[in-house]
Amino acid sequence: MHELSIAIGIVNIAKKEAVKHHISEIELIELEIGTLSGIEIESLNFAWPLAVSGTVLEHAEKKINIIKGKARCLDCGNDFDLKNIFDPCPRCKSHFKDIYHGKELRVKAIVVN
Amino acid sequence: MCSTCGCGVTEDISIQKPGEVESPVRETPVDHHVGHEHHHHHDKTILEVEQDILQVNQLLAERNRGYFLGKNIFAINLVSSPGSGKTTLLEKTLTDLKSKINFYVIEGDQQTMNDANRIDALQIPVVQINTGKACHLDSTMVSNAILKLKPESNAVVMIENVGNLVCPAAFDLGENARVVIISTTEGDDKPIKYPDMFDGSQVCIINKIDLLPYVNFNMEKAKEFARQVNPNIEFFEISSITGEGMDKWYEWLKIKIK
Repeated sequence: MHELSIAIGIVNIAKKEAVKHHISEIELIELEIGTLSGIEIESLNFAWPLAVSGTVLEHAEKKINIIKGKARCLDCGNDFDLKNIFDPCPRCKSHFKDIYHGKELRVKAIVVN
Repeated sequence: MCSTCGCGVTEDISIQKPGEVESPVRETPVDHHVGHEHHHHHDKTILEVEQDILQVNQLLAERNRGYFLGKNIFAINLVSSPGSGKTTLLEKTLTDLKSKINFYVIEGDQQTMNDANRIDALQIPVVQINTGKACHLDSTMVSNAILKLKPESNAVVMIENVGNLVCPAAFDLGENARVVIISTTEGDDKPIKYPDMFDGSQVCIINKIDLLPYVNFNMEKAKEFARQVNPNIEFFEISSITGEGMDKWYEWLKIKIK
């Protein structure tokens, strides 16, 4: 359940932005979470109310953009979709790859009134 | 409670040496304490934040790494599920090499001083981090532990993470190498069940090989699974009880600190 730590990390980022822009309440927070980031969305949703309680995010809507895994094969150069971190290149079956999408764990934007 | 950046409530986390009275965790020099109330009325505004959620952990991890670099210290993050034999492996390694290598140990567990006491019995400087509710070590905890441990230059710092194959994978501590340990009493498909941990590790130690005749563990299959996740991972097959295979692990360690 490191999702609680992640949720608190999100709250801290939002708090900093709030101070910087003199905001008392955030309406929406947009997150980017990759399918290979090791984060369970369900666990994050479970930890969320606890983390945001009494903060600028308490009443904020949470929008999550799921980023699918993408890799480039280091043997044959093929670009392919990745469901699991251990999926081989579907063309040449190599496991040597550069994963360039799917590990995202970012606060993209916040929307305020 | 905040174990990502160490701010706010820290009463759950304790960092102490064996025989020492518990002291409050030192605050990190990061400015988190915000909460001014302002009341402005704007139209709807979108603020592009574009920030990594783990950025605070990453910054402190890099600071730890810089500290290690500056003192020519080699730091290892030992990760595994509970019961794979991390502490026994550590005890065996320390006992066999302490005349040649200057070791320091950071122990991570949710509760108890048990592991630190085991290391302390070997006369190796050690601090225990009790994470309370947190299921992993983070770079703030390690930074605070280092301040307490004060390792000398040219040392090796062994960080034994909380026994958990999931959560510690996401948190860089500033180590120079991450070593994942599995044992023959676990399933040989651990590497693909918990791929994140194997993805970020440079070494995989397969422990308890003395039990191979009695368990249903396929060594080649386990390695094949680990290589599917991380084709560059290096293996050491060992038994910390009989000492079999330990020489190769020691060789790796010696080459790394040269």
